[in-house]
Parts: sequence; structure tokens; C-alpha cells
Amino acid sequence: MTVTVDRLPRRRAGGAADGRMTPASALGLGVGVLWLSLLVGLPVAAVAVTSLEEGVGGFWQEVISQEAQAALRLSVGAALFAAAVNAVLGTLVAWVLVRDRFPGKRLVEVIIDIPFALPTIVAGLVLISLYGPQSPFGIDLVGTRRGVVLALLFVTLPFVVRSVQPVLLEMDRDVEEAAASLGAGGFTVFRRIVLPTIAPAVLSGTALAFARALGEYGSVILISANLTGRTEVSSAYVLKRIEQGDTAGAAAVATVLLAVAVLVLVTLDLLQRTVTRRA
Amino acid sequence: MPDLETLRADAVPSRTDRAGSPRRPGGRRTRLLTRCVALGYVLALVALPVISVVHHTFGNGPGPVLDALADPDFLAAVRLGVVVSAVSVALNTVFGVGAAVLLVRYRFPGRRLFGALIDLPVSISPVVVGIALILVYGRQGWLGQHLEGWGVRIIFATPGIVLATVIVSLPLVVREVVPVLQEAGTEQDQAAQSLGAGALQRFWRITLPTIKWALAYGVVLSLARCLGEFGAVRVVSGSVAGESQTPTLFVNDSYQEFGAVAEQSAFTAAFVLMLVAVLFIVLIAWLRPKEHS
Repeated sequence: MTVTVDRLPRRRAGGAADGRMTPASALGLGVGVLWLSLLVGLPVAAVAVTSLEEGVGGFWQEVISQEAQAALRLSVGAALFAAAVNAVLGTLVAWVLVRDRFPGKRLVEVIIDIPFALPTIVAGLVLISLYGPQSPFGIDLVGTRRGVVLALLFVTLPFVVRSVQPVLLEMDRDVEEAAASLGAGGFTVFRRIVLPTIAPAVLSGTALAFARALGEYGSVILISANLTGRTEVSSAYVLKRIEQGDTAGAAAVATVLLAVAVLVLVTLDLLQRTVTRRA
Repeated sequence: MPDLETLRADAVPSRTDRAGSPRRPGGRRTRLLTRCVALGYVLALVALPVISVVHHTFGNGPGPVLDALADPDFLAAVRLGVVVSAVSVALNTVFGVGAAVLLVRYRFPGRRLFGALIDLPVSISPVVVGIALILVYGRQGWLGQHLEGWGVRIIFATPGIVLATVIVSLPLVVREVVPVLQEAGTEQDQAAQSLGAGALQRFWRITLPTIKWALAYGVVLSLARCLGEFGAVRVVSGSVAGESQTPTLFVNDSYQEFGAVAEQSAFTAAFVLMLVAVLFIVLIAWLRPKEHS
């Protein structure tokens, strides 16, 4: 799911194919770099620099302030939990979609994509209409941490499903059948043959789900009711700080969120490289 | 969650089963169980809530829905959303194709960093994107304080909304185009070049036809993302009804207002956005296989 740029097309002398810059491509690169700096480079740098304006000590004071700590704990904990649940159930859903046959499968395929395509605030409204004060089941999760987890489960559902599904589809079933004919049970076949094959896909889907859940705002904000110190997630805390004019406090927690996102991306990149090298 | 030990006990074949058929009765039971758990999860988490929104929206018949659709603030929000998305997608398409060509066909120092920076925005919190924009382009920001002197306003104005939207959908086009360009190689391009085709001609006649389905896919993905962006836009827009309110902000603000009319507005707008989202999913599913052919 990331832009991989390792492989260059076959090199030949002359023209663009040897990868050498031409005047036109150099100009294009210049414009591209400028655009990217204005959009991503400069803003990211501004967050990091602003958070360190009072030195590392000042940054740390902001991060461990009681409210910031509570928000970060909630976000990390809920994101880890949601990613873990969807790692298991997402793999199961992918398995059922690939290996099972039942009527309405195409409809389920569409439903799986809804959390990706739905605007986050609509996702929040969707959840609150069923698991809010007017719930037909009498389940009211508004203002609870379980509500936060529910919203994160919703928005991260497709990550593992969509990353595992293509791997399962391409898997050679001969090996499984061979194992089964040698007496391996269904679970043994899954654990010894299927799981090792899909593990990188499960991991990368889970990592992406975690990154997404950690910074989630729109889907969480309605059902969490944003109670300070209880259900206030990190992104909501950052927003509140900046609206109150506390730039340093906002930038500090924003930097933590940024750092974790970068860490996840780097880990995924390394994972991808290892898998490609092995293949 | 299925108890794995039970699954194992179910699935362990008896000794006589070894050479037997793969369709064991235990296997069928396991399959039924996994199917029920998977479908039950998807149903409770996504399908039922979605149905419940439809029910909520049309609970009082179509009359209030039509009234809410005719609300001038809603219409203004839709107009703004469409304009912002169109501009953002156009910018990202031009940048995306250019960046993909550079990444695949050229080697330059910092190429990996260039790719990584394009990828970064989708992994960071949209609220952090918004805050970052304020720190650079806000009134007291790095560039904003100078821009203010020239009478240019970005934050709490439409350019800020466009910037935020462009950032959150930045890699979507690049990601789709890069693998297709990589696969295509440069033979055709070189052949055309040796026959005297200029760079522009080669782009229109060879590169563009090669990537057109991937590009279409990326554009639709971006469009869906742009129309639905909430967090980043919420930070930089100021959300004045009829002025700087996008459809997603309209949903949020209406819901926060409370009262039956406001709630009806929120659910109606949410329902419209949901319909659009489903439409995009169907369109994306239709475009997907074409990319590989």
C-alpha cells in the first residue's frame, strides 16, 4: 500500500531510460520538490520545531501533563486493542471471503469497503445512531471508552481484510491439500502453512490500522463525547489546545503522533524489503 | 472470536481419515462457524449501523428529508465541497503523474525521501495536518505572517481548505500510477524516441494510454477522500455556515446544534454522503480489474 520505488526499468544508454536527469525532468523535479516542501516538508518541520521551542524539557513537560498523558494513553491503548482485534477478525473475514461460498458475498465485499469510503464524521453519526442514546438494542456507548474502541474498530476494519485477501487468493492450494492428505488437521494446516504465508500481510495491515486508529478524530468525536481525561483522544486534545491558543501544548502531542506515524511507515518499509528479498 | 482449541479438536482427522476426502464433517462445522463469526462481525459493526442511519433519516417520511435537502446552508456546503474537491483532485492528478514519472524513470539524490514524504500524509492524523498548516500558514505562522502583509489569507479561508484536502489525498494518484509505469518499462518510449517523437508527444501517445486506468482509479479514490475529509478541514476552515462549511462540517455542526430540525439536517446530509460513498465503492470495484488488463 506504499509507494515503492526500488526497481528501475532496464537501463540503456541514452534518453530517460538510464535514469539520468534531463533539463525538462530537472525542472519538473524542482517544481515537485517545492510543492512537496510547501505541503508536507515545511508543515511537518513547523510542528516539530514549535514543540521544541522551550527545549526538550519543555516538550516533555507538555507531553506528561496530566491531560495530555491521559489522551495519549487512551489513543495508544484503544488503537492497539482495535488493531489487534481486527488483525484476528480481519483475517477471518478475508478467509471467509476467499475460501467460502455463500449468497450475498458481493454485497459483503461492498460493505467491507464502506469504512474506507465513508467520511469519518458520517461514520461517527452512523455508529451513534445504533449504539447511542436512541439505540434499538438499548446499548448506549456515548461517552465511554468502549465507544471509542467501537469507532476505531469500524474505521480500521478494511485494512487487514484488504491486505490479506490478495495473498490468500494467490496462494497455491496444492501445499494445503498435500498437508491434509498427510493427516494434518484443519487448524494445523492453517497454523503451519497458511499463517506463515499471510503473516507479512496481516502485520502490515495491522500496522496501518494502528497508525490510522492512533490519529483518528472524525469517527470518534461524536461517540466519545470528548470527556476530558476520560474519553478525550489525542487528536481531540491537540485540537482543543490549538483552539485555546496553547500552541506549545498542541505541537508537543502532535509531534508524538507524527513520530509514531513515521515509525510505523519505516517499520512497514523494512518489512516490505525483507519480504521482497526473501521472495 | 472462535476458540481455536475447539476448532482444533473439531478438525483433527481420525486415523482412518488420512487418505480420505478433504470434506470432513468437522471441516464443514468449522466453515459454518467461521462464516457466522465473520458475517456477524461485519453485520454488527458496519451493516446494521448503516441501515440504522437510513431508518433515522426517513423515520418521519420523505417530507423533512426534502426540506433538509433544500436548506441553503446545505446547498452552499455541497457547492464548496465540490469546488474544493475538484481543485484538489486536479492539483493531485498533475502532481501525481509528474511525481510517478520522476520516481520510476529517473534517479536523483533524495529519491527515496521524495517518495516517503508523498506517503507520509495519509498515515498522520488529519488534525495534525491541520495544526501543521496553521503553524506555517496561520496569521502568526512561518509564512502566514508575511502573506498577511500582502493581503493573502489562507487559514480560515478556502485556500486553507484546499491545502488540507490536497495533503490528505496526496499519495493516492502516485501509488496507483507508479506500479503500472514500472511494469510498462521504457521500450515503447525509446522506440518512439528513436523515431523522432518529442517528449510531449511521447507522453500523450504512450505514457498516458498506458496509465489511464490506474490514473482513473487514483482519481476516483482521491475524489472520495477529498469529499469526505473532515478532521484536517475542521481545523483550518473556521466552518462558517454558508461560507466555509464543507458537507462533512455541515453534518458535524448540525448534529452538535441539537433540536429535531438540526438532527434531521445532519442525518440527511450524512445519508447523501453515504450514498456518494457507496457509489464510489461500486465505481472503484468496476475500475479495479481493468487496471491489470
